[in-house]
Amino acid sequence: MPTEGPHGRMPEGLPDAERALAALADKMRGAVAVDAKLIGIYSGGAWLAERLAALLPGEHPVGFIDVSFYRDDYGQKGLRAKVETTTLPFEVEGSRIVLIDDVLYTGRSVRAAINELFDYGRPERIELAVLVDRGGRELPIEATYVGARVAVGRELSVVLNRAGDRFELSVEPTTSAPRA
Amino acid sequence: MLSKGPNPQLNAGGELQHLLTLEGMPAAIIERILDTAVPFVSIAERDVKKVPLLRGKTVFNLFFENSTRTRTTFEIAAKRLSADVININVGVSSTSKGETLLDTIDNLVAMNADMFVVRHGQSGAPHLIAQHLSARQRSHIHVINAGDGRHAHPTQGLLDLFTIRHYKHEFSRLSVAIVGDVLHSRVARSLIHGLTTMGVPEIRAIGPHTLLPTAVEKMGVRVFHDMKTGLAGCDVIVMLRLQTERMKGSLLPSAGEFFKHYGLTADKLALAKPDAIVMHPGPMNRGVEIDSAVADGKHSVILPQVTFGIAVRMAVMSILAGG
Repeated sequence: MPTEGPHGRMPEGLPDAERALAALADKMRGAVAVDAKLIGIYSGGAWLAERLAALLPGEHPVGFIDVSFYRDDYGQKGLRAKVETTTLPFEVEGSRIVLIDDVLYTGRSVRAAINELFDYGRPERIELAVLVDRGGRELPIEATYVGARVAVGRELSVVLNRAGDRFELSVEPTTSAPRA
Repeated sequence: MLSKGPNPQLNAGGELQHLLTLEGMPAAIIERILDTAVPFVSIAERDVKKVPLLRGKTVFNLFFENSTRTRTTFEIAAKRLSADVININVGVSSTSKGETLLDTIDNLVAMNADMFVVRHGQSGAPHLIAQHLSARQRSHIHVINAGDGRHAHPTQGLLDLFTIRHYKHEFSRLSVAIVGDVLHSRVARSLIHGLTTMGVPEIRAIGPHTLLPTAVEKMGVRVFHDMKTGLAGCDVIVMLRLQTERMKGSLLPSAGEFFKHYGLTADKLALAKPDAIVMHPGPMNRGVEIDSAVADGKHSVILPQVTFGIAVRMAVMSILAGG
């Protein structure tokens, strides 16, 4: 039976976010290049990138990307109300990059992020790490590292929340807002 | 030419449809434009200074009055959004052959225009175009006022607000002095509306009687006729261009006389707060309204205004075209 979590309905089977994060870090440890740069997609992916940088061995520089100017639904939905500034405090040219997002769904945010990255330079390699893969791809995009997989109906969005310094996952009814 | 009634620049859902004036513009929309301009500032610092938002859109810069800076910054803004930009200097084009303004618009609509950026000597011309488009069921085409008569110059007002917020971080404790030819200045009018909406507690206008409109006090502005009292303790000084063509009338004795009383020199600037910023919408008349040492000095943010102006215009265009 669905239970009420602090951030809305929590259906059974939604993974614990902290355990998914630990699983994701395990998969990335040793697999991610020592000089890889972590780039989190706003907003959930940005939080995640900071946590992963602390969990992974070595010093991985962290950057943040807001894909609003590259989204393919701008023509239908307009510009998002709040656009953050993309901040990449390192060279993208020739770099090994791990893009990080909270929920992988249609693949459209990742497409937008890759396009934006190429306006900063030509990376040597881009990998993708996601906390949760919920399937439902509309583009040929797959994650290199996945924390957990979930099956959630199209009518629901999976959302990452921060409660203090802990992560939580919840679901919300899908709105007309741009999807992840 | 200006009709009363509901704000014609907002659609039924309260979203921005055209940008015609800052008068009556809700604070939330101004704030959204300023917030959206922030990431556009950093786009301009990249090697690739372009994003794909307006790819495939056609923007017409329709300038019925001369302007280099404003037209250029609109052109750069549209190009950095990947739009196709057509510059039409109407003063030397069809209207001189007798075509009416609205016929010109209809022809450009037939060329599948998506956005008009309009500067016109007559107050209300961009408003008239917006009404015409809506009467022709062409409401998906957006109009941006790039300065109309003495009425409004909303993107300049917005870039001034952006600049003030950038350096002063918030509006609610500021004293802003606007100096010079307020009477003829659409820049001043738009800025006063914007500052009022954003909650600036003290707006001052400083200038001779002949250059301050009588209605300015009704806009909530404190009027001063000398720089000493007017500049005392202010955070922001906005110098206006002295429109030298006005000198021909009886409004002013001479440029030299004006500079003596109202030109911003280091001595007068020292009356403001030590961290005051000096702004000017350009083009500047050095030695008329502003001394070169001040224009190029450490308080001057005149060139950052130009840079921010592009980001603000990108924000306006991308909010409008996103619909």
